[in-house]
Amino acid sequence: MYRNLTIRQKQIVWAWAFLAIPVLFYTVIRFYPTGNAILISFQDWNLLGDRTWAGLENYEKLWNDPVFWKVFQNTFVYLLLGTPISLVLSFVIAYHLDKLRFMHGFLRMLYFLPFMTSAVAMAWVWRWFYQDVPIGLFNNILASFGIPQIKFLQSTTNALPAVLAPAVWAGLGFQVIIFMAGLRAIPQSYYEAAKIDGVGWFTVLTQITIPLLRPTIVFIVVFSSIGFLRIFDHVFNMTTNNPGGPLNATKPLVLMIYDTAFNGFDMGYAAAQTVVLFTILLIVSLIQLRLLRSN
Amino acid sequence: MTSHLKGLVLAGLTSSAALFASAAQAVEIEYWQYFFDARVEAMETLIANFQEANPDITVTMTHFPYADYRTKVAAAIPAGEGPDVVQLFYGWLNDYVEAELIQPLPADTFPASMVDEEFFPMVQAMKDGDNYWALPTAVRSLALFYNTRLFEEAGIESPPETLDELVETAAKLTKRDGAGNITQVGITAGMTAQDHHWWREGLIRQFGGEPYTDDYQTVNYNSDAGRKALDFYTGLFTGDNPVSAIGFMDEPQAAFKAGRAGMHIDGSFRIGSLNGTRGLKWGVTELPANADGTRSNYSSYWVNAITTKAEGEKYDAAVKFMQYITSDEAMQIWLDTVGELPAKPSVGMTEENAQNETFGPFIRGLEYANTTKFANESGQRQLMVEMVERIQLEGMDPAESLAVAAEAEQKLLDDYYKD
Repeated sequence: MYRNLTIRQKQIVWAWAFLAIPVLFYTVIRFYPTGNAILISFQDWNLLGDRTWAGLENYEKLWNDPVFWKVFQNTFVYLLLGTPISLVLSFVIAYHLDKLRFMHGFLRMLYFLPFMTSAVAMAWVWRWFYQDVPIGLFNNILASFGIPQIKFLQSTTNALPAVLAPAVWAGLGFQVIIFMAGLRAIPQSYYEAAKIDGVGWFTVLTQITIPLLRPTIVFIVVFSSIGFLRIFDHVFNMTTNNPGGPLNATKPLVLMIYDTAFNGFDMGYAAAQTVVLFTILLIVSLIQLRLLRSN
Repeated sequence: MTSHLKGLVLAGLTSSAALFASAAQAVEIEYWQYFFDARVEAMETLIANFQEANPDITVTMTHFPYADYRTKVAAAIPAGEGPDVVQLFYGWLNDYVEAELIQPLPADTFPASMVDEEFFPMVQAMKDGDNYWALPTAVRSLALFYNTRLFEEAGIESPPETLDELVETAAKLTKRDGAGNITQVGITAGMTAQDHHWWREGLIRQFGGEPYTDDYQTVNYNSDAGRKALDFYTGLFTGDNPVSAIGFMDEPQAAFKAGRAGMHIDGSFRIGSLNGTRGLKWGVTELPANADGTRSNYSSYWVNAITTKAEGEKYDAAVKFMQYITSDEAMQIWLDTVGELPAKPSVGMTEENAQNETFGPFIRGLEYANTTKFANESGQRQLMVEMVERIQLEGMDPAESLAVAAEAEQKLLDDYYKD
């Protein structure tokens, strides 16, 4: 039977033979659980008993849950603060690092180091930095100058930026490296031409560097926005005693899902939240892909 | 050659037949618990003793990390795989019963009247009519830890006996720097730790209230007593001269371990980690009484139950095993190995145990302890945390914050009990 196939058909058979493993893998560990999660979001299930149909009940509960809206808002605050700040910071660092020769490798290593550090260890160290006297590093410094204490994590307004700061710092190294690769990829001849024309550095930056970095910028924006929408480990580890607190001021959607599922054992409700997160991620990614394509 | 082969086959058959024959006499049952070093060690001792007394029964223990425990149990039992005897947190009982994962203990071996009489009263939360669903080997309660070095330094002779003395003592132990920042707290505070239990089952009852009615299905603390209990509690870390601070040194037990807290309310499970702390000298005493001398405590425990998987001779073996692990001997072993308190007064209230310097205050606390039936312990704790945060961070009126918490908790309970 195989012998009677044309070469083209044989190629297709082989292609599918090789593809079968990843396809199977994706079906079993990606598509099936995704479908199952969507199914559970219409059911009631506590992990132990039978699943029972709940219709749209979980979604109604979500719509009427003030905590959900607070969490929804937090998730976007993480995104809208985190992405631009890390983008600008990493670009500024990469731009200057690129021009620097002295200790270039060492400095680059210093920026990259946080990216390699375990998020859990980092979050705990920062958590201790933020404590009040007598143990908090920042507040001890303030106190030694006689400045009043700042409540970092024990405040509904300061807590979210305080949690976000190490998360931005951790991702910085990776973005700096990508930006530097992007900067190196811009042909030197453009800069030489600009020099001959006697153009100032600002014009060079806005007319040559940034436009030519566009694909790099789009990639970093897509990458870091997905990261900030899924933020969990920093928040969870810095607020373990009171996850997402105080008063849900730092709680992102992923943490709410975790809490509903594995502390409340309300799998249906948690699945409904997951479907919402999935939809948000899908929309954000589609918008960004569209931007990428129009380039 | 063929005859040789035949002989081999025959020999194989007879030996496997012999194996089966011996297997038919011995019953093998499985026991599951979550992994915690001392608990596993204690259970190994219990199993060895049990097997010695019952040579025809073999008990195999399997343990899992706590995080996977519930999912594994839930998946295994309906599939006919998992344990015959299982350990579960008392707060999960409802879920396990409803999911038909466990069966009631036989009334002839464990008659309710006998259990009522022999065990500490809070175990009655496991009773349903004439049957008990599950029984603990060991229980936990709260007590007041104090730092003896700091007591000496402040010239305090004995730990506080009443709530008023508690506040006075704490005031003497509090230290501030030049700017008025607290550098040492008199007593730790934080609803995130054990304080929510102290508030619910301790303070509210001591101020004359009852935290819940209707078998813990109706919230009842939005009352005068609840308000007084809340005022007492928030008074520790608010006002002009607070003796405590929420989040001081990150976690209450960390502050106590570091010698920066004079007193600390915590459970019996903390003893082990305090014993291993260098340079810390501590003592422990019963939770303070109110002005009338009334005391109240909170107790929680893990229970053992027979699963629906155990049938026939395995069921009989499981019952025997349950009998052994709820016996006086097992409880003493558990106390000595794990440091968890015996669930029966006959073991706990012996002169040696009840007057023990370390375990005594906890064991004596069991006599007046209550067990909250939680629908979702971490969810209900979170509401207490937020009740305090609204007052402290948002300046909400305590009465209003109490009402908000009561309403939110009632909603949580209603959602849980609606089916």
